[in-house]
Amino acid sequence: MTPVPYRVRSRRPDRADTVTLALEPVTGPCPRFLPGQFTMIYARGVGEIPISISGRGRTGTLLHTIRAVGAVSRALCLARPGDVVGVRGPYGTAFDVAGAAGLDVVVAAGGLGLAPLRTVVRRLIAHRSRYRRISVIVGTRTPMTLMYPRELARWRAAYDLDVQVTVDHPDHAWPGPVGLVTKLIDRIVFEPRRTAAFVCGPEVMMRAAADDLVARGVPARRVALSLERTMKCGVGRCGHCQLGPLLLCLDGPVVDYERAGGLLAVKEL
Amino acid sequence: MDIVVIGSLEPLVVALQTAGYTVVGPTVKDVAVRMAEISSAADLPADVGDTQRPGNYRLTERGDGMVFGFAASPDSAKRFTQPPRQTLARMRGRTFEEPREEAPRVALLGLRACDLAAIAVQDRVFLGRHPDPAYRRRREALFLIAVNCAVPGGTCFCVSMGTGPKATTGFDLALTELAAPHRFTVEIGSDRGAQIAAAIPHRPATPDDLAAAEEVSRVAATRMGRRVDTEDIQRWLPAAHDSPRWADVASRCLSCTNCTMVCPTCFCSTVEDGTGLTGDVAERTERWDSCFSLAFTELSGQPPVRSSALARYRQWLTHKFATWYDQFGTSGCVGCGRCITWCPTGIDVTEELAALRGGTEGTSCIR
Ligand SMILES: Cc1cc2nc3c(=O)[nH]c(=O)nc-3n(C[C@H](O)[C@H](O)[C@H](O)COP(=O)(O)OP(=O)(O)OC[C@H]3O[C@@H](n4cnc5c(N)ncnc54)[C@H](O)[C@@H]3O)c2cc1C
Ligand code: SF4
Ligand code: SF4
Repeated sequence: MTPVPYRVRSRRPDRADTVTLALEPVTGPCPRFLPGQFTMIYARGVGEIPISISGRGRTGTLLHTIRAVGAVSRALCLARPGDVVGVRGPYGTAFDVAGAAGLDVVVAAGGLGLAPLRTVVRRLIAHRSRYRRISVIVGTRTPMTLMYPRELARWRAAYDLDVQVTVDHPDHAWPGPVGLVTKLIDRIVFEPRRTAAFVCGPEVMMRAAADDLVARGVPARRVALSLERTMKCGVGRCGHCQLGPLLLCLDGPVVDYERAGGLLAVKEL
Repeated sequence: MDIVVIGSLEPLVVALQTAGYTVVGPTVKDVAVRMAEISSAADLPADVGDTQRPGNYRLTERGDGMVFGFAASPDSAKRFTQPPRQTLARMRGRTFEEPREEAPRVALLGLRACDLAAIAVQDRVFLGRHPDPAYRRRREALFLIAVNCAVPGGTCFCVSMGTGPKATTGFDLALTELAAPHRFTVEIGSDRGAQIAAAIPHRPATPDDLAAAEEVSRVAATRMGRRVDTEDIQRWLPAAHDSPRWADVASRCLSCTNCTMVCPTCFCSTVEDGTGLTGDVAERTERWDSCFSLAFTELSGQPPVRSSALARYRQWLTHKFATWYDQFGTSGCVGCGRCITWCPTGIDVTEELAALRGGTEGTSCIR
């Protein structure tokens, strides 16, 4: 339960309330991680929260994309290069990217859910030829809140990915689709029985997307969701992150819809 | 297993103290039996009995001089395996310190079979997939002396949970209190236990002693106040999530957290952060938390996941008796009855489970 000191190597604002911190241990190498895993990040004297790893930085750092919503996340978003924070982990289950080899792949993100999914897409394009069609569909509140716009454009241009974005509230310059991310499922091409899907976003969005994919014939066990519950420890001892039989810090955050679907359908479970 | 007989507890207490243990045993404090440090066997609550009913606990005078003539007290071993507050980490400047305080050497005298079973449950929680070294240190520094129950409480149901009333494993020493003449059989459960037993005056147990001790446990098993039918509970209880009984029990539950505080296996915790007055040391302190608190499932910008008392009670009961198996390979309940006795509105888990099971026909299965 003792954090490891990490130095903030760089800080990049992504949008008004969100920054990406590149973190590296004060001494020693960065740990390995799998796409979808998270760490517990500690802001001195304020608290510790779970944050997904959103990528590997150029110098091997661990990237974390953090939205300021409360005391700890706000403190972390204000961290400056050179500051020291505490990190434990990586923890939790991962998106089985390798298991999607030979299949069509659908990556569906809502809002900040694109952060952990970015590590999925980066792995997919690192071995592009192993996969069939790859579609990345992204929903965001407004064009201004879209995460990683430049990287999305690069994926679209360079790697034969079908990248589509929809917004809830368009501005007059927005040329693209408007509405929920599930609307984009109509606009992408995939063979449901030979598809793996990776989904992350608000719970309602994930359930809508997963239900839609399963209704089209994607096997529920190949629809992976990243679930979010309160976490105080990350190692299965605080009890907060329970979802029925699951301790989401150990058995999740990534859970397939065959397992999660029935549990999420129970109100206030 | 070796069994010997001792006539008095005082030499045992002295031997434990000589071996460097602080001896903690049952004492009468306020109006209840509480686990506290004792300096001699005279501090133990001779002649004290209790009556326990849902929402009700009273001490009584036994009139027979028995020293362990009461059932589970509000205290269990939990305070010693998982302290109510503990420092997890300190940040001094830019470095972190893991507190490595030596665990106190404590001899817990008078634990019941259910208490030992509860320690085994906590072992699975804290020494499982991410073993906790601080827990291990505390656990190894504990010397466990069980007492086999002679008079189960009115809220006990250890027999149906398979955890009692006789302590069969997990102790250093296990006593059975016998009358006429007043004496104790001492079963030795470990090498440490054997060393302590060797250091005190004792005689070998006779067939009569052994028969009398067996009789105590046999009679106790027939005097259970309550029972739970655990058959298939891991399957049917989660599947009963939409039973109307949940709203019924929630209307009686105050979300006071008493049940989770007295439960010897409830392990949930939260962490408090702070910096000292001078600001150069920041500390992380873990403390007991309860799934009955609203903040337990807070998510910023949204209502807590379990906003209703219904959902919180359902979580507690379902976790205890069913989903605990999925997570830790054991029931979370050891049948001690504490949560029944100490619930201010007298909610009885055995009664709720019976009602829920009675009404499970036709409900959907979510697992
Ligand atoms: C597996 C996982 C991965 C996550 N990844 C990211 C990420 O990549 N980027 C990001 O910005 N956020 C992420 N979150 C959400 C982030 O943990 C919360 O926004 C954060 O805990 C809020 O803490 P706070 O102190 O700033 O807010 P407050 O509102 O002050 O929260 C108080 C406390 O409640 C708990 N809490 C509140 N909201 C959440 C929540 N949504 N999830 C878990 N605990 C919560 C925390 O213990 C927190 O300290 C993730 C959550 C989980 C469970
Ligand atoms: S749930 Fe109740 S009876 Fe079971 S171990 Fe906990 S306090 Fe004892
Ligand atoms: S002790 Fe009784 S009233 Fe209090 S939270 Fe538990 S069940 Fe509810």
